[in-house]
Amino acid sequence: MFRNQYDTDVTTWSPAGRLFQVEYAMEAVKQGSAAIGLRSKTRVVLACVNKSTSELSSHQKKIFKVDDHIGVAIAGLTADGRVLSRYLRNECINYSYTYESPLPIGRLVVQLADKAQVCTQRSWKRPYGVGLLVGGLDESGAHLYYNCPSGNYFEYEAFAIGSRSQAAKTYLERKFETFKDSSRDNLIKDALFALRETLQGEKLTSSVCTIAVVGVGEAFQILNQETVQGLINEFEIVGEELPPADEAAPPEQGSGAESGPSAAEQGAAPMDI
Amino acid sequence: VTNSAPSMINLIGSESDSQRTLYPYVTGTSVVGIKYKDGILLAADMGGSYGSTLRYKTVERLKTVGKHSIIGASGEISDFQEIMRNLDELILYDNMWDDGNSLGPKEVHNYLTRMMYNRRNKFNPLWNSLVLGGVKNGQKYLGTVSMIGVHYEDNHVATGFGNHLARPLLRDEWHADMTFEEGVKLLEKCMRVLLYRDRSAVNKLQIAKITEEGVTISQPYALKTFWNFSAFQNPTAGAEGSW
Repeated sequence: MFRNQYDTDVTTWSPAGRLFQVEYAMEAVKQGSAAIGLRSKTRVVLACVNKSTSELSSHQKKIFKVDDHIGVAIAGLTADGRVLSRYLRNECINYSYTYESPLPIGRLVVQLADKAQVCTQRSWKRPYGVGLLVGGLDESGAHLYYNCPSGNYFEYEAFAIGSRSQAAKTYLERKFETFKDSSRDNLIKDALFALRETLQGEKLTSSVCTIAVVGVGEAFQILNQETVQGLINEFEIVGEELPPADEAAPPEQGSGAESGPSAAEQGAAPMDI
Repeated sequence: VTNSAPSMINLIGSESDSQRTLYPYVTGTSVVGIKYKDGILLAADMGGSYGSTLRYKTVERLKTVGKHSIIGASGEISDFQEIMRNLDELILYDNMWDDGNSLGPKEVHNYLTRMMYNRRNKFNPLWNSLVLGGVKNGQKYLGTVSMIGVHYEDNHVATGFGNHLARPLLRDEWHADMTFEEGVKLLEKCMRVLLYRDRSAVNKLQIAKITEEGVTISQPYALKTFWNFSAFQNPTAGAEGSW
């Protein structure tokens, strides 16, 4: 996108009928590190890549529990994401207090979308710069939604947002038809595979990612690091080794390089370099 | 700060008393409810008393709330009408979502509890005791709320005099999975005792039934009564001069 004379205010339309500020907000989502969601009939898995600014700092929290039956994964301006998570938690807790019953996720995402829309129609506000993958339950089972800065929301079988999410989406597009009746372990496995796609060669370990699960009869929880590493090992999801041009590669690289191509054939999509 | 400031209005002084409920005017008497095999049964008579006068005799004190619940009210009838306006609006907005989710009896009961308790806290209660029953996804629910926000669920509930006269009968004779006929018979037994012993009862009642399939509220009918018990003959025999 290039700058133009219609992009200063969110309340200014372009002659082509676009609101550039809103579109720029959606760009912010694309810059954030990847977040992935997928669902079966009874369960939703959220997964995201943890990026930290340096080795010395902790990584950004990108997955939030909203209620026992709802969680969100965010990509974009994490501060905006935190504020919206607080709003979601508040709505859930108020509903629970009044009705002694969990707020159906379908109604929560509409409220969130309406809140985001307000920021696209006030000259003294700016759109939220964060995309949210909201996963949770209502009477008809498990659902996954994506809420945009534009105030739109969509329901998905599986989706990925943030940087290099297209690689994950390609993987998910191939496999999503199997998700509906997937077991808990297979669903998490698919999430890890999709996450690996966004890492572009980096090794997938539990320190690089966060996984969370919510399902019918299973309260939302973020899986702890050991569990995730165990699953990664179990499913043999390791990143592809660095290219052979790297002379510092240890001797085991030889056998690693041989098994590399076969691992790629097994199920991983070829990556864009 | 004067006595007419919004926050003070309900709290103090005789001038502000005209702004809040002090006593009820037109009242309904007991409501009795039980769980049975297929759902819930509620019974209430159709009387609206004006103090000690049995003034109105076609007051419907049992109403449906959405697809899954029925409500029975005792106490101030105008407050019940207000409650029904609120509940109808609640159900309307719930239906407008049109998303496959709906408020069940538990949710309605809790909403009512919040309403009653919040009014009580402002010293301006809705002068009712309510029974809320329903079935959703095979789960039966029966609860009650009072004008001060006391709320609980049970297999059988009653309001007002029903607590004293009907509940003992229900404690003895209620059991799980009663048939519809057994349930109605038990409720009629309770209502008959209330008719004999509650001065505000009238002999015209309705029974409401709710199951997974839906709600039916019966046409009004009267109970058969028997007044020729020997204890009722010459009631002043033991105390000449009394009446």
